[in-house]
Amino acid sequence: MSSLEEPLGFDKLPSMSTIDRIQRFSAGACRPRGEDMGMGTCWIEGRSCSTSNSCDEDYEEYTGEAFPWRRHVRDVSEGEAFNRRASSLSKNRMKCRHVCDSRYLPDLQYRSKCNGRGVRGITNKFLKDIPKFVKIVEVGPRDGLQNEKNIVPTSVKVELIRRLVSSGLTVVEATSFVSPKWVPQLADAKDVMKAVRDMEDARLPVLTPNLKGFEAAVAAGAKEVAVFASASESFSKSNINCSIEESLVRYRAVCAAAKELSVPVRGYVSCAVGCPVEGAIPPSKVAYVAKELYNMGCFEISLADTIGVGTPGTVVPMLEAVMAVVSAEKLAVHFHDTYGQSLPNILVSLQMGISTVDSSVAGLGGCPYAKGASGNVATEDVVYMLNGLGVKTNVDLAKLKLAGDFISDHLGRQSGSKTAIALGRVTADASKI
Amino acid sequence: MIAARRVDKISRLKGTPAPKSMTTVIGGGATPSSSSSSSLKALNKGSLLWREFFYPKNRLLGNNNRDPGYLSTYHYSSICNHRPTNKVLRNLPGYVKIVEVGPRDGLQNEKEIVPTTVKVQLIKMLVSSGLTVVEATSFVSPKWVPQLADAKDVMDAIQNIQGGRFPVLTPNLKGFEAAVAAGAKEVAIFASASESFSKSNINCSIKDSLARYRDVASAARELSLPVRGYISCVVGCPVEGTVPPSKVAYVAKQLFDMGCSEISLGDTIGVGTPGTVIPMLENVIHVVPIDKLAVHFHDTYGQALSNILISLQMGISTVDSSVSGLGGCPYAKGASGNVATEDVVYMLNGLGVETHVDLEKLMLAGDFICKHLGRPSSSKTAVALSSKKANSKL
Repeated sequence: MSSLEEPLGFDKLPSMSTIDRIQRFSAGACRPRGEDMGMGTCWIEGRSCSTSNSCDEDYEEYTGEAFPWRRHVRDVSEGEAFNRRASSLSKNRMKCRHVCDSRYLPDLQYRSKCNGRGVRGITNKFLKDIPKFVKIVEVGPRDGLQNEKNIVPTSVKVELIRRLVSSGLTVVEATSFVSPKWVPQLADAKDVMKAVRDMEDARLPVLTPNLKGFEAAVAAGAKEVAVFASASESFSKSNINCSIEESLVRYRAVCAAAKELSVPVRGYVSCAVGCPVEGAIPPSKVAYVAKELYNMGCFEISLADTIGVGTPGTVVPMLEAVMAVVSAEKLAVHFHDTYGQSLPNILVSLQMGISTVDSSVAGLGGCPYAKGASGNVATEDVVYMLNGLGVKTNVDLAKLKLAGDFISDHLGRQSGSKTAIALGRVTADASKI
Repeated sequence: MIAARRVDKISRLKGTPAPKSMTTVIGGGATPSSSSSSSLKALNKGSLLWREFFYPKNRLLGNNNRDPGYLSTYHYSSICNHRPTNKVLRNLPGYVKIVEVGPRDGLQNEKEIVPTTVKVQLIKMLVSSGLTVVEATSFVSPKWVPQLADAKDVMDAIQNIQGGRFPVLTPNLKGFEAAVAAGAKEVAIFASASESFSKSNINCSIKDSLARYRDVASAARELSLPVRGYISCVVGCPVEGTVPPSKVAYVAKQLFDMGCSEISLGDTIGVGTPGTVIPMLENVIHVVPIDKLAVHFHDTYGQALSNILISLQMGISTVDSSVSGLGGCPYAKGASGNVATEDVVYMLNGLGVETHVDLEKLMLAGDFICKHLGRPSSSKTAVALSSKKANSKL
């Protein structure tokens, strides 16, 4: 809903100095003190609330429930502060002053960050099973870049990985040891690994399609690998030139070799909902492949909706089937946003207990099956939602956005993340005030 | 309805004849012209998921029998006729009413004036896609919203369109009277949960706006005209920041008490996430019956569909959206605004929720207006399905 009358541009907003704005939007801003409730007047007719106590009695429905969330400026160093705050929240989250904190950056950037033990403390049944912490597996440098037509220089890839790691992402898929004939973008896998192998604070898995690729990866310094099966026979044949069974045989060899070297292996199942050739994929098929990958030693199985056709209506049965054979904590979800469905799909996955989500900074990575359509879900959008849910990610959204800006600038196009665009525009316009 | 579906499911699936391979693509051409035709209905309504479950062999070997849910090799229909049983999705409404705001909320910020004929054609196409409520225009001063200066002409032209309701925005009694004179049969009014936004957007306090709207509501009651109430900034305000849920509940109750038949809760700047939407809804549901509520999310931060999902889980059954995602966000230049109707319908189809909206026809309406505006659709579903159509080898 935009303005009824003249659309409100930033030049129309009441002028406010930066200091005013920081104070207004500071930690106490959402406490029910009259002076904070909009332009200095208590919104309740005829009252002037000078103390939170007198305002409290007016808020019959407006208990701590009303502010069950806390928003705060976040950077990586706030990790400790976050922990302190989280532990300070008592079971009774009804006291809004304890649980809620809203703060806007001076540039009017809205932070969804919610110290949200309070949110779930409402005992809303739709949020109570959501994990407290979600691990984000960043696939931008590999899954995101691999379909780019113009070769991205190694130095840019490495810098991207660095920036992603410094935003707090602890797992960043660095590259892929597939034949350069098939994926020329990642022909520099060895050079990328050389440059990143000693990066601390992050794990940098690489794709290995077979034993040969695995050996090359290990020789280049990889400490973690990933293998890639499909739940669709047709897609398996067209994508990796072999049947599902044949691919599983290959991967058993990789897993055995990895086990010898104590190298963890992540398994992907592509076409977990739909296939561009076969259509709907039976959940039982996905469960079968997931179980095979798990049995051969994969520590984590990522379920990928390769063509982005899934909705919660198809994702839930798929997850039910897979969770019957592989436990939730070993599973990850990898949704594509081709039809705009990835965030609701991620939301239901969290509601079902999944706690690892794959995403790609700036939504890098188109969908090769629908030209011009989007592909990977953008990490910034995921982090924004998780922040709002009070789920801990340890990712600094501002730094993540910078990493996204960096690669988008290089690629010469706008970010695929709506959050990044919104945050970027707000900042740009706010600077006029 | 849900129980009947479940009981009937197996017999229906087995009884449905295996469709011939469909070689059509969406949109025009060989596509069956109306998905209301019974054969296509059988095709589309066949549950993709359960059909696979019961005929697994067909799937394992790349069998050429096309899945009945596919209109072509590359066209995936999310339509799912099986209602979910998992607790996460069990209590979704069986039917969701979509209130289409594209012609008003979508177009009002367009710089280039859209000709009346184009607006009217858009409205016609939206109605023929099955949308039963289409916000047609706004009787505000043309000084403020020049795009909608042709409100009277638009109303004239749509008077005889069957099958749709056409609410119009009326900011005050004067606008209301003009709307009624122009033939409006339903109106909408617009309050804010944020004092600052109310003052900067409609130049008066919340309290004063409510007073104005009481006049409109009582005039409407005299004429038995339904009034829809909007609340803006239900999660966040560009000036104030967080908006307390109780504030939203207060305004909602005022609107309800003055006679609004429905209250639409608008996340004007799109900052909401399920974490903030739930407490807001909980507070409002406390004071206004849930079947009188609608949600109006903006997709500025990409959060709209997950917010809609959580709202449905909480029992909301009316969703506002805008074809092709028309309507940017005036507070973040270049950022997206309204959630795209096509994306909403795609999700609802996949959830097995009835909307009575034909996605293909809706996409035609979206194509039409996007061609006129000279830019691509903001609906990811529309882009994906159109691309598939273009790339289809069939």
